[in-house]
Amino acid sequence: MVPINYYIILSAILFTIGALGVLVRRNALIIFMSVELMLNAANLAMVAFSSVIKSFSGQIFAFFVIAVAAAEVAVGLALIVEIFKARHSIDVDQMSSLKG
Amino acid sequence: MTLELIFFLILSLIAISTALGMLFSRNAVYSALFLVLNFVTVAVFYLLLGAPFIAMAQVTVYAGAIMVLFLFVIMLLGAESLPEPRVLPWQRPLAGVLAAALAIEATFIFLTRARPVGDVLPPAGSANDPGTLVELGTTLFRDYLLPFEVTSVLLLVAMVGAIVLIRKEKRVHG
Repeated sequence: MVPINYYIILSAILFTIGALGVLVRRNALIIFMSVELMLNAANLAMVAFSSVIKSFSGQIFAFFVIAVAAAEVAVGLALIVEIFKARHSIDVDQMSSLKG
Repeated sequence: MTLELIFFLILSLIAISTALGMLFSRNAVYSALFLVLNFVTVAVFYLLLGAPFIAMAQVTVYAGAIMVLFLFVIMLLGAESLPEPRVLPWQRPLAGVLAAALAIEATFIFLTRARPVGDVLPPAGSANDPGTLVELGTTLFRDYLLPFEVTSVLLLVAMVGAIVLIRKEKRVHG
């Protein structure tokens, strides 16, 4: 058996790596992957809690988070493709003006 | 040191190192593949936690659909290794300090304030015991029916939104 604390610490570490990716990288695609990593870390914590309190609510919430992530990826990648078409770059430092 | 704890430690080592590999790869395709490995490792964690349905959803939706979409876009744009100019020299150290602070804070608060107790026991039956899946489905379609239906609308809106964004504007230049 594994103490729940270990899962929480692992989840915190994975979330931090995702946040570090958002802060450090300039490629919009990598930033997007880091956001997915953060969502995943939160899911891991929720499923761990749900397993400890013997309730399915945490698992179902994780399932909804997966569905929302799928929707987010579809729209976000469409936006990235459009930005690349307009500017030939997906460097987030260059996306500084609202009017394309 | 039980066998399960050793298994957990090895898996978490894999998860953390693949996450770092995703973060520091110069090539975006390598990043995506590292992330696929990370998602599969997290799916194994879900199996350890006695959540086989979430584990399978993780593999099919995350490692399957989402990452394939990412790879499609990376190769479509030819964005494998874009140069990342250093505009702000102090950004990296500052980000490192902030991330370390976040990790320490999150761990500290969880361990001291929230004080989660209990051990994650291995699932009572085998992982493909249909009993838990039946119970999960009953909970999902009885207590969470409205959120489930709202999710279908959300996915529809996302699909329409993606098509509208990608569609070629035919009447821009007359």
